[in-house]
Amino acid sequence: MADIKKIATRDGYGKALLRLGSEHSDVVVLDADLASATKTGMFKQAYPDRFFDCGIAEANMMCVAAGLATTGLVPFASSFAMFAAGRAYEQVRNSIGYPHLNVKIGATHGGLSVGEDGASHQCCEDLAIMRAIPGMVVICPADSVEAEAATVAAYEYKGPVYLRFGRMAVPVFHEEGFQFVIGKGEVLRSGKDVAIIANGLMVYEAMQAAEQLTAQGYDPMIINMATVKPLDEELVLFAARECGKIVTCEEHSVMGGLGEAVCALLSEKLPTPVRRIGVQDVFGRSGSARELLDAFGLSAENIVDTVKDFLSKD
Amino acid sequence: MTPEKIKELKVAACKVRMGILTETHAAKCGHPGGSLSAAELFTYLYFQELHIDPQNPQMENRDRFVLSKGHTAPGLYATLALRGFFPVEDLLTLRKLDSYLQGHPNMRTVPGVDMSTGSLGQGISCACGMALGAKRQEKDYRVYTLLGDGEIQEGQVWEACMFAAHYSLDNLCVIVDNNGLQIDGEVAKVMSPYPIDEKFRAFGFHVEVINGHDFNQIEAAMNAARSTKGKPTAIIMRTVKGKDVSYMENAAGWHGKAPNDQEYVQGMQELEALLAQLEGE
Repeated sequence: MADIKKIATRDGYGKALLRLGSEHSDVVVLDADLASATKTGMFKQAYPDRFFDCGIAEANMMCVAAGLATTGLVPFASSFAMFAAGRAYEQVRNSIGYPHLNVKIGATHGGLSVGEDGASHQCCEDLAIMRAIPGMVVICPADSVEAEAATVAAYEYKGPVYLRFGRMAVPVFHEEGFQFVIGKGEVLRSGKDVAIIANGLMVYEAMQAAEQLTAQGYDPMIINMATVKPLDEELVLFAARECGKIVTCEEHSVMGGLGEAVCALLSEKLPTPVRRIGVQDVFGRSGSARELLDAFGLSAENIVDTVKDFLSKD
Repeated sequence: MTPEKIKELKVAACKVRMGILTETHAAKCGHPGGSLSAAELFTYLYFQELHIDPQNPQMENRDRFVLSKGHTAPGLYATLALRGFFPVEDLLTLRKLDSYLQGHPNMRTVPGVDMSTGSLGQGISCACGMALGAKRQEKDYRVYTLLGDGEIQEGQVWEACMFAAHYSLDNLCVIVDNNGLQIDGEVAKVMSPYPIDEKFRAFGFHVEVINGHDFNQIEAAMNAARSTKGKPTAIIMRTVKGKDVSYMENAAGWHGKAPNDQEYVQGMQELEALLAQLEGE
């Protein structure tokens, strides 16, 4: 695994837009002065007449996307997660979510791995905010191949979708040609001691943790739960029945994201002990992405420690 | 327009006003003031300007109307009903549980409503998206959106204006209902948006300033908007909030309050007298 290729999920998004642009004339892309960072720039170059820069005005951009969707086009609106889900929340809620319009929100630079820009740009609440909007599909892919496939799946789905991508290059473990199914989790390793349910860049951390845990005699199940909403309830319940203990891992606040979605389901349908790894109730800060992930416990090492502690207790 | 046409529109506007009073009285809430100020505009749009078909509300090449000041839904609903999009009797269900006539326009439930609105400042941006979509698909339909003069305090309105001019949306017509009042009082005192015409001009619009209760002026402005190429048009219409219901005229308190039984009777008597006078002309 040492030589594994690393690509940011935002690159998978940009690649998917290019592909969708060549296959479907109804795809249009909007950005808010961040085309090079969000990777919509590739689409802009290839299809300049279907790319609309909205300037630094995210609120207007989301509603323009809504208006475009009413005319039958399929807009992908992009910005950083902080602004797409944060600044423009109410526009997404009222002009996209409420009328259930066919708008896709491509939010990049989610989570702490934004790095040096610091807390103002490290959005760790976006999945919680978007999940709370009725009818909104929320997806956080683990690598660039899955990001590309999820973007294509979002196009094929009719309705609003929030896609969350990262800035940092992360290991690519999915095979080219991977097909993404919205609402279906992926069992990456079978096991019976504990089920580690992760998404985003935490999936690879969980895979690395599994290697270490296996070497120490543990048998963890690893699940990639890219779709936070609708949650693959069947798979979560299966994991709970098989393992009896669950650890969730996300590059997001432990409030309102994957961890709480899993807890809410289990507490109602199959009470099961859960440990949530994620950003605690704190803001991020400046630093390199890797340093930040380690400092905030979003690492294979912390997963290993958490699992061992968890399994040592009844 | 012929004198007959103008008379027909005046009669329709009066009936729209009666609908507004009836709806808000039945609902015991809602926003009559800003609905009444825009009655001529609603009437002109749906009985003269817009290419629409009440029998086919989703007609592909229809002109679009976005009520950016969504709280004046009673005005829009009364007009749509009068135009035949749905039964006039249904106006009595406004804001009631299980009614399709939601407190603010819902494009998924109300025939003839092209965009769900209610949160101020968003409708104009959605209208920009529609106008851009028409251009992108080489369709010749036009997009109209009505804003309040208080609403233009929202920063998003000016983001949208920049966008409309930047993308040369000459198929977009923005109308501002300048009735001068908002919830807390006079717009000039709450947070002055003046000079409104100069702001729109500075943002790259062709601007028309008119009396919003005069059908000839509305017609001239709409014609000017249609013949303006390369830039969007803004029509700033001076109006009277609560127009034609004596106790509601120019009173900020009637922004979001329904008439009680007695007030309803008085208002309807005034409008019926006006209607009789118009029909007798």
